[in-house]
Amino acid sequence: MSVDLILFYVFSVILALAALGVIGVRNSVHAALLLVLCFFTTAALWLLMQAEFLAIALVLVYVGAVMVLFLFVVMMLDINTEQVREGFIRYLPVGIGVAAVMLVEMLLLIGLKGMAFTAPVDPAGSSNTAWLGMALYTRFLLPFEVAALILTVAVIAAVMLTLRKRAGTRYQNPSQQVAVKARDRVRIVKMPSAAKPEATP
Amino acid sequence: MITLAHYIVLGAVLFCIAVAGIFINRKNIIVLLMAIELMLLSVNMNFVAFSRYLGDVSGQVFVFFILTVAAAESAIGLAILVVLFRNRATINVGEIDSMKG
Repeated sequence: MSVDLILFYVFSVILALAALGVIGVRNSVHAALLLVLCFFTTAALWLLMQAEFLAIALVLVYVGAVMVLFLFVVMMLDINTEQVREGFIRYLPVGIGVAAVMLVEMLLLIGLKGMAFTAPVDPAGSSNTAWLGMALYTRFLLPFEVAALILTVAVIAAVMLTLRKRAGTRYQNPSQQVAVKARDRVRIVKMPSAAKPEATP
Repeated sequence: MITLAHYIVLGAVLFCIAVAGIFINRKNIIVLLMAIELMLLSVNMNFVAFSRYLGDVSGQVFVFFILTVAAAESAIGLAILVVLFRNRATINVGEIDSMKG
């Protein structure tokens, strides 16, 4: 048994246990933290496959951004654990049964054919990241731009959904501030210079 | 030697755990969202494994786009959750029934 196979099994066991913890623990904060462990272990598994760019992207995007968002929301909302957990025991046999049947079906489908592919295919003459970058900026340039657009739409939608105006709050109106003219602020009054200079002794 | 089958079986196990999580956490919408993230993760693992072992870069490009869309999805989903909690003071799935369909 080679070292990478041992590492694969270690990471797989950690990943499966952490996933079971995510769906099983009582506290939602613990579930979110176990999900972070899931993503981190998956990144390690992808590094074993020499898919290094996506592994780093997974850690940066999920552990750095999405899971922080999850933790933030879980801690902000006041969740009644007892109420939310009702039906947990009742649906447990159904869940386990459906999952077991699905797993057996998928394993039958996978069969032994996957054993034929024993090693990752290296791209000709470059690293995997360079290979991915070449594809992303040539063949997939339009989807790449559309992905950027989707992220922008998501940011604006999230801000607009959670924005709320309370009565009695003072706030600045940026469009009025930008559209202001000089004559709205300063009034120039012409008046005769009536005061005479006093005579010096 | 790690073969392709190892990674696919791991993805299948992860997907089944997520399906079981959706069944048993029917009242907790935050854990439901986490189970959906687990499902996306298992699909991503299959994509990366096939891409690496069959020598086709399209799978990894697809994973890149799935990561993008999943990040957008969870951001909007959590925003909706915050608005829902602000209006109803609960996130129990059983009590979110104002749109009786």
